[in-house]
Amino acid sequence: MHVTDANDAAATAEAVARRSYGRLVAFLAARTGDVAGAEDALSDAFAAALAEWPRQGPPANPEAWLLTVARRKGIDAGRRRRTVWDAAGHVQLLTEELASEGSDATAIPDDRLALLFVCAHPAIDRAVRAPLMLQAVLGFDAASIASAFLMSPAAMRQRLVRAKQKIRQARIPFRVPDRAELTERLGTVLEAVYAAFAEGWADPNGTEVRRRNLAAEAIWLARLLAALLPEEPEVLGLLALLLYSEARRRARRDAQGDYVPLTRQDVAAWNGAMIAEAESLLRRAGAMARPARFQIEAAVQSAHVARRLTGQIDWPAIVLLYDALAAITESPVVAINRAVALAETDGPATALAALDSRAGDGRLAEYQPYWAARADLLARAGQNSAAWAAFQQAIGLETDPAVRRFLLQQRDALEPVRCG
Amino acid sequence: MVSAEHDALPQRVKETVMKYLLLIYGNEAAMLATTEANKGQTLSAYVAYTEAMQKAGAYVGGNRLRPSTSSTTVKVTNGKTEVLNGPYAETKEQLGGYYMIDVPDLDAALAWAARCPGATYGTIEVRPIWEM
Repeated sequence: MHVTDANDAAATAEAVARRSYGRLVAFLAARTGDVAGAEDALSDAFAAALAEWPRQGPPANPEAWLLTVARRKGIDAGRRRRTVWDAAGHVQLLTEELASEGSDATAIPDDRLALLFVCAHPAIDRAVRAPLMLQAVLGFDAASIASAFLMSPAAMRQRLVRAKQKIRQARIPFRVPDRAELTERLGTVLEAVYAAFAEGWADPNGTEVRRRNLAAEAIWLARLLAALLPEEPEVLGLLALLLYSEARRRARRDAQGDYVPLTRQDVAAWNGAMIAEAESLLRRAGAMARPARFQIEAAVQSAHVARRLTGQIDWPAIVLLYDALAAITESPVVAINRAVALAETDGPATALAALDSRAGDGRLAEYQPYWAARADLLARAGQNSAAWAAFQQAIGLETDPAVRRFLLQQRDALEPVRCG
Repeated sequence: MVSAEHDALPQRVKETVMKYLLLIYGNEAAMLATTEANKGQTLSAYVAYTEAMQKAGAYVGGNRLRPSTSSTTVKVTNGKTEVLNGPYAETKEQLGGYYMIDVPDLDAALAWAARCPGATYGTIEVRPIWEM
C-alpha cells in the first residue's frame, strides 16, 4: 500500500512536471517558431524536475521553478545557436515577468493547443505526429517513444529532428485554426492522440511502464483538449472512448495472467468511475448533434459496457453503429469489427461473407486481428480446417504471449484437423 | 474472440530490398528446465510464426541451434590453430537460433522481431545483412 502511495506521489509529481514543461515549451515555441530551441532551453530544467519533484513533491509554482532553473542552466548552453538564444531570451523575460507578478502561474498564456495543432499539421508526416506531440508537449525522450512505437531510437530521433526543422523552416503557424477549418484540422490532432493511446493500450498488464504511461498521457492530452475545446463533440467523444477502454484495462487478464476477451470480461473488474465519466461525456457530445467517428466508437464501447447493468450485450445496436462508421470511413478495421458483431445477430456464415468482401485488401495479409476474427468465425461455422489455418496465421502474427496462448488453445480445441 | 480494437493497419508498401538477421537470445538453462507443456506451446508458436513469415514472403531461412554447451570455437593465431570448448563468449543469454528475413525496411524487421516467441522470454537482435 505504501509503495503504491509513493508511486502515486511520484506519478503526480511527474505529471505536474510534464504539464508545466509543455506549457513553457508551447509558450516559447509559439513566440520563436522553434520547437527544438524551446526544448533545448528547458531540457536541463525539466531533467532536474523529473529527478527532484518525485522525491520532494512538486513546487508551489512549477512553471516559475522550471524557468529559474532553465535560466540558470540554460543560457550558457543556449549560446550555441541563435534560435536557442532567442528562446533563452524569452526564458529570461518570462522569469522577470513571473517574479513581478508573485507566484501566479496563470500569467503564462497556455499555447499548448496551438502546439498540438502544429504537431498534427497536415504538412507533418502522419507517422511522426503522435511522437512529436509526446515529445514537444509532454517531454518524452526519443528512445521511450521509439520503444512504444516499435521503431529504432536512431530513426525516431531523426524523424523528430526533421519534423521540428520543417516546423521552423516552413514556418508552420502556431495558432488554433479558424472555425471554418477547425473540424478538419482537429481530426488530425485527435487521430494522433488516439494513436498514442493505442500504443499504450498494447500493454495489458501495465508491466511495461513506458507503455502504461503512454495510455495515461494520451488520456491526459485528450482531457487537455476537452478542457480547451469544450464545445467540440468529437473531442468529448475521443476522451469518452479512451476512458471506456482504460476502464477495462485490468479485466483483460485473469488472475493467472491469461487473456480474457471483451465479451467474457468480469464486469466487476471494470472501473465504474471511469465508465460513468465516459457516459456523461458521451451524453454531452450527443446533445451537440454532430455525430462522427470517435463519438460512434465510444457509443460502441458504451453498448459493450451496458452488459454490466443489463447482463447482455446489445449486438443489434453495435451492428448499427458499425454500419454508421462504415458509411464515413473506408477502414477495413471497421469492417472486421462489424463482421464480428454481425456474427452475433445474423450468424457466422453472414459474418464470413461480409469479411470475405474485404479479403482482397492486401493490407490485411499481415493484420493479426483480421486473422483472429476470421479464425473464430470459421470455427463457429464448422469450417475447421480453414479455421485451423487462420488461427495459425493469427498466432504467427501475434506479439502478446497471453493472446498467443489463448489462440493456441482455441486452435487446439478444434475437432482434430491438421493443415499444411 | 480477439477484436481489432485500437490496432492500426500496417501501411507499408511491399518492395523487398533489405535482408536482416534476427538473432534469438535467451536463458538456455531456464528454457531447458521448463515444463514439457511450455516447451510444446513454444514450439507451436514458433511453427505458426515461421509459417506467417513464409506467407508474408519475408522468410529467407532460419534454424534452431543446439545448446551453447555443444559449441566449439576455432581461432588461428600466427599459424597456430586453437580449438576451445564452449561458445565464443559466456553471457547471461545465449544465442538459441536465428531467422534471416527479407523485408522493405528496419520498421518491418522490428515488427517481425516483436512477433517472435523468443522476444517474450529473451532478446532479439536485429542485424542488417551486408550485401556483397
